[in-house]
Amino acid sequence: MPRTRRKNRSVESARPAWMEKPSRLGITGKAVVVTLICVATIYPFLTVLSTSLSDSTDIANANGLVLFPLHPTFAAYETIFSGGIVTAALVRSMLITVIGTLCSLAATVGMAYGLSRRDLAFGKIILLTALFTMLFTPGIIPSFLMVKQLGLLGSYAALVLPTLISAFNLVVVRSFFMGLPQELFEAARIDGAGDFRILVKIVLPLSKGVLAVVGLFYAVAYWNAFFNAMLYLNSDQWPLSMILRQYVLLGSPLDTASVGEISAPSQAIQMAVVVISVIPILLVYPFLQKYFTKGVLTGAVKG
Amino acid sequence: MSSYSEPLVQSTTPPVSGAADAPSARPASKGRRRAATTDAPAHRKRSLWARIKRDRMMLLLIAPGFLYFVVFHWLPLPGNIVAFEDYQPYLGFIDSAWVGFDNFVKIFADPTFWQALRNTLVITGLQLVLFFPIPIVLALLLNSIMSNRIRKFVQSVVYLPHFLGWVIIVSIFGQVLGATGVVPHLMEALGMKPFQAMTTPWFFPFLVSIQSAWKDAGWGTIIFLAALMNIDQELYEAAAVDGAGPWQRMKTITIPGIMPVIILLLILNLGSILSVGFEQIVLQRDNVGAGAGEVLDTWVYYHGIQNGQWGPAAAVGLVKGVVGLALVLGANKVAHLFGQEGVYSSGK
Repeated sequence: MPRTRRKNRSVESARPAWMEKPSRLGITGKAVVVTLICVATIYPFLTVLSTSLSDSTDIANANGLVLFPLHPTFAAYETIFSGGIVTAALVRSMLITVIGTLCSLAATVGMAYGLSRRDLAFGKIILLTALFTMLFTPGIIPSFLMVKQLGLLGSYAALVLPTLISAFNLVVVRSFFMGLPQELFEAARIDGAGDFRILVKIVLPLSKGVLAVVGLFYAVAYWNAFFNAMLYLNSDQWPLSMILRQYVLLGSPLDTASVGEISAPSQAIQMAVVVISVIPILLVYPFLQKYFTKGVLTGAVKG
Repeated sequence: MSSYSEPLVQSTTPPVSGAADAPSARPASKGRRRAATTDAPAHRKRSLWARIKRDRMMLLLIAPGFLYFVVFHWLPLPGNIVAFEDYQPYLGFIDSAWVGFDNFVKIFADPTFWQALRNTLVITGLQLVLFFPIPIVLALLLNSIMSNRIRKFVQSVVYLPHFLGWVIIVSIFGQVLGATGVVPHLMEALGMKPFQAMTTPWFFPFLVSIQSAWKDAGWGTIIFLAALMNIDQELYEAAAVDGAGPWQRMKTITIPGIMPVIILLLILNLGSILSVGFEQIVLQRDNVGAGAGEVLDTWVYYHGIQNGQWGPAAAVGLVKGVVGLALVLGANKVAHLFGQEGVYSSGK
């Protein structure tokens, strides 16, 4: 139903009666600043996108900077998806993201659920073992040597295991579990349900929201993972982030052997790889956004 | 089972002291009655063994996560012994020669170490002085937008870059500021000499700070917005009725209201003053050379993992870790002295 703009404003604007009417100058200044901030955030995405859709004459005419592609073409994307290393890296990144997220969620939920019992045997020491890790890191060298000792060099497990749980996410999930109405558990327990059954049948269905947001955080982290890939993987195992580094930042030439048939300017191909790396994040972003405006996480930021 | 039905405090656990979770005293009769009717009496009467037996499924569920924290966060700690050894991978921790503090002597005599330390401090110092206030100002700005719809829109826009990896962000910056980007084009159009922001060494600290601000300034507002929402709105009304103008209200209500959070974040930032994002730097170090682009973490990476100087690299890592921890604890202490809550006071 179409609502008038005026009506809308009066509903939205929550200026309390005691607040003085803002000056015209103040409003204009604020609008300009906010607009500038939004442009500075969005513009870089647009220039990357338009470069990826350009053909070689566009790029040559604009001296590299394409504001708007006059001859839009998907040649760069066709080149990327025609097989070769970018396609393979894309598949790898997706697999790592999905499997890693599932492992992380399972480990986080199990640990958070166990620790949500207030008088758990060894509960205090287990919790401290996890929480203290927020204060220090073992250092790059000892961590690297540990992964090496475990024989994980050159294994995809090295991308998942060393970052399996984020202590922060653990705290978020645990405090959510602790906030669930405990009478439900009691009732189930009287009916003879064990701890695991209660988790599956009662706790998880009630926790979809928090699990979604924590899962998405894990997924984004795995998708972006770069440090561990650089440290632990061989070049034929690289995920998309390492391909980006090699071909966009270090500027290694993309030859036919590496991307298949080349029919687009290299700058467009590079930007197409960037676009492909960004798209999954843009796809999940609205879901993420829905939750953190609700304050699922803000409550947990400060104890 | 009374231990499960306590009124729960809906607060999260601060890192250190919050785990106490001491159950409040409850009427003994209730506990006894429950004890009689169910198979799980009040926990005070339970021996550890009985609790282990009761919690076996819980402990099993915890096991993978617990193992993770032990193996990847605690067990590597003794690995810092490498800092005191002439570590050779084929000999291992035990058989490598013990050299005492030689590695530390070596790194303190190494000008590249001091260079890396200086670069690190310049970058983090710059971020602290110039870019720490940005999220605060941005949060105040967002908070002052009256229209919910516009505010939500701006929030969705400014939060977005936080979710992009550093590889993506550096690629995008290369496209905007690099040789063929919009900024050099603009400068040329204005008759200036195009400035190579990505490859000019003296500009490097500013470059990485700008990138960090672009990525995280929006995200950083969340915690301040939460603090702003917690301020009692009636304070503002009372102040306005008493004749306080907008600036006065901000000075006397808003700023004091969010001060604990500001202090908290300052402390956390101080604690990480020796850490600059490794990924961000390692991606761009070679654009400007090691002279301007080397920081402590990249020093450790290039000397240790790339060149096999395990001992000195671990020594730098250890110095950095110990100083970092000391800084957090020290800054927290200072915050307490000033009557602020700090990171883990748990007093609330």
